[in-house]
Amino acid sequence: MLRLLAAAPNGLGVADLGNALGLAKATVHGIVRTLHQVGFVEQDRSGAHYRLSDAFGRLGETYLDPNELRSRAINWADSLASRSGEVVRVGRLVEGKVVVVHHVFRPDDSDQDLDVGTTLPPHACALGKAVLAFDTSGASKPKALEAFTTRTIVDPTRLADELAAVRAKGWAGEFEEHTVELAGIAAPIRGLGGLVVGAVGLTGRIERICDSRLRHRTDLVTMVRATAEAIGRDLRDDR
Amino acid sequence: MAEQYVAAVDQGTNSTRCILFDRRGRLVSVAQREHRQYFPKPGWVEHDAAEIWRNVTRVVPAAVRQIGADPGQIVAIGITNQRETSLLWDRRTGQPIGHAVVWQDTRTDRLITELAGDQGADRFQDLCGLPLTTYFSAPRLRWMLDHTPGLRARAERGEVLFGTMESWLIWNFTRGADGTGGLHVTDVTNASRTMLMNIETLEWDDQLLAAFDVPAAVLPEIRPSSGVFGTATTVLPGVRIGAALGDQQAALFGQTCFSPGEAKCTYGTGSFLLLNTGKEIVRSTHGMLTTVAYQIGDQPAAYALEGSMAVTGSLVQWFRDGLGLIHTAAEIETLARTVEDNGGAYIVPAFSGLFAPHWRSEARGVIAGLTSYITKGHLARAVLEATGFQTLEVVDAMNADSGIALKALKVDGGMTANNLLMQFLADLLDVRVVRPMVTETVSLGAAYAAGLAVGYWPDLEGLRSNWHRAGQWLPNMDPERRATEYANWQAAVQRTFGWIRPEQ
Repeated sequence: MLRLLAAAPNGLGVADLGNALGLAKATVHGIVRTLHQVGFVEQDRSGAHYRLSDAFGRLGETYLDPNELRSRAINWADSLASRSGEVVRVGRLVEGKVVVVHHVFRPDDSDQDLDVGTTLPPHACALGKAVLAFDTSGASKPKALEAFTTRTIVDPTRLADELAAVRAKGWAGEFEEHTVELAGIAAPIRGLGGLVVGAVGLTGRIERICDSRLRHRTDLVTMVRATAEAIGRDLRDDR
Repeated sequence: MAEQYVAAVDQGTNSTRCILFDRRGRLVSVAQREHRQYFPKPGWVEHDAAEIWRNVTRVVPAAVRQIGADPGQIVAIGITNQRETSLLWDRRTGQPIGHAVVWQDTRTDRLITELAGDQGADRFQDLCGLPLTTYFSAPRLRWMLDHTPGLRARAERGEVLFGTMESWLIWNFTRGADGTGGLHVTDVTNASRTMLMNIETLEWDDQLLAAFDVPAAVLPEIRPSSGVFGTATTVLPGVRIGAALGDQQAALFGQTCFSPGEAKCTYGTGSFLLLNTGKEIVRSTHGMLTTVAYQIGDQPAAYALEGSMAVTGSLVQWFRDGLGLIHTAAEIETLARTVEDNGGAYIVPAFSGLFAPHWRSEARGVIAGLTSYITKGHLARAVLEATGFQTLEVVDAMNADSGIALKALKVDGGMTANNLLMQFLADLLDVRVVRPMVTETVSLGAAYAAGLAVGYWPDLEGLRSNWHRAGQWLPNMDPERRATEYANWQAAVQRTFGWIRPEQ
C-alpha cells in the first residue's frame, strides 16, 4: 500500500487501493486509518484521497519537535504546577540525557531560574526514569552510572528492575536520588501510535511529595499521570 | 456545598471559547469552537454573527459538562471579545443584517481619507483618544449604513441595532422567551474602541456622532465593565452576566495590572501592549492609543495607553503557510536556533500597513539586509525578532508619553511558549519578562471582572494573590549590540514607508 501511495503523487482513494491490492474496502480503510493516525499518510482537502506524507523522508529525525512539545504542554503543565504547588518540568531523551524542554516555577513567587535546555542524568531522576523505561535506543543500558547521592541507583541490574517497575505502574518516582531532601514524580507522554515522546513531572521537598510513610503521595501521582495523558491526547488528536 | 465557578466566554477572531475558573483563579475546563472567516474581496474580512451565537450555545454547556458540573454551580458569566468588529441586527427579528465586519477589514480606507480631509487623521483624538484608521468601529458602521439600501432610514427609526460582539452576545443571552429582544448594552472598554464615545464623559458624543453621520438610535447603552448587566434567560438561564470587556483590556485585568505603571503584552496573531495609567487620561504624542482599561461598578474608570502591533504571530503563520519553511508554528524556534543571529536580515511585517507607533497604512513589508549568506534559519530569527523590535518601539513610545520607564513586562498569549523570543524580548527591552501561571489571561480577566461583580471574589487584592509567576527571562545583551540591532531595525522600517501610492 505504501508503494502504491508513493507512486501516486496526486493520491489514491480507498477504492483505488482496494482494487489494486485485491483487498476488501473495509480492510483498506482500517489500514489507511492507522497509517493516517501515525502521520505516514495525509488526506487531501476533500478527504477522498490519501497520499504519502513527508514523514517518511524524516523517519530518522525526532518526529516531535521539542518546541512543539512545549507549546502543547504549556497549559497542562501550568495547571499541574498551580494545583500541586510544586516545580513542574517536561523533558525528553536526547543522546542519553534528559533535556529540559519546559519548566514551570513553583507558584510561591520565590526567586527561581528557568532551566530550559539544561540536562539531567536520566537514571537519577523521575523524569529520566519515566522516559528510559520506554526507550529502545540503548540509552537505558549506560556503561557507567554516576552517583549523585548515596541513594542514586548505580547498579545496572537494579536500574533494569526499577525501569520494569516503572513500565508496570505507568509512572516513575524519585527519592533523594539526585538531590538530598528532594523527591519527584513523573509520567511518560505518549504521542502518535503510543510512542513515548517525553515525560512530565514535578519535584519538591520530600515532606510535600511523600506521605508520612515516605511513599509518593497518591493524589500527586494521579495528577501527574492525568497531566501526561492530557498532553498526549492533545498531541494525538491534532492530526 | 458543591464547588462554584465563573464562566468566561471569549468571543475571539478565530474561535469562541468558554473557560471555567475556580475561586483560586485556576482553569478547570475549556471548550472551543472555530467559526468561518469570510474574505469576499481583497482586504475584506467578515464573520457570520448567527454562527458565532450558535457556537456560544454549544461551548458554554460543553465546558460545564466537561467537569460534570450543574449550571447552578456557575455564579456568573464574564464576556470578553474581539474588539471593534461591528454588527447591525434587526431589533424585531434578532437577525443580523449582513455579516459582521471584522477589525482587520480595510474596506473603509477611502472613507478614512475623506474623513481625515485637511484636518488629518488625529482630528478626533482629543475627543475619543483614537486616530482615524480602518481599525475602529465608527467608520465601519458608517460604511454599512451607506452601502445597504434603506438601512439608514430604518436605523433612524430605531429598527436596527448596532453592537460589537459583546453587545450581540448579551442581547442574545437575555432575550425574552417570546423571542423579543434582550438588553442592548455595551461596556466602557468596548465603547472606547468605536471612536464615538467621549473618553472623558464615557458617553456617546454628539459631535462625534455628527462627524461620522451615525444616528444615536442604533447605539447600545454604555455600562461599567464589571457590574451585573442582567440575567441570562438562555444557555445558562438564571445566571447573572457580571462583566464585559474587550479582549486586551480583559488580559490587563487577568494579569492583575491594577496599579498605574503596570503593563502587560499579549502575544497572539497581533500583539497588544497595555499600560495602566490609572484615573489619568494620557494623550499620546507618540502613536499610542488612549483607551479605557476597565470600570468597576460606579467607581471612576481606569485608563490605559495601548500599543497595537498588527502582525506578530501571524508572521509566523505566514512563514509556515505562505513560505512552507516549517510544519508547525513551534518549529520556528528550532529553525531559528540553527543559527547564532539574524545574519543581518530584518523582516518588517507591514502586511497591511503599520500599526503603533507609526500608523502608516501605505507601508508594505520588506525583508532588508538580504545577502547570499542568509539561510532560512536567519529568516526564522528575523521573523521572531520582528515581534521583539515592534514591542521595543511601542515601549519606547509609551515611556516617552507616560514619563515612567517600564520596569518589568508581564506577558501572555500563545507566543510565550517561545523561549527564544521571550529571551530576546528581555534582552532588547532590558527589563525582566514575566509569564504568569495562567496564560489564558483574556478569559481569566473576564472571569475576574464578573466574579467581582457578584461577590465571588471580594476585591482586587484578593485577585492579585491568585497571580503567580510561572517563568521569567532576565536581560543579558551587550548594550552596544542592542543599540546597533535597534538602529538596523529602524532603518528597515523606513524602507517600508510610501510603498502604496495614491491612485493617479
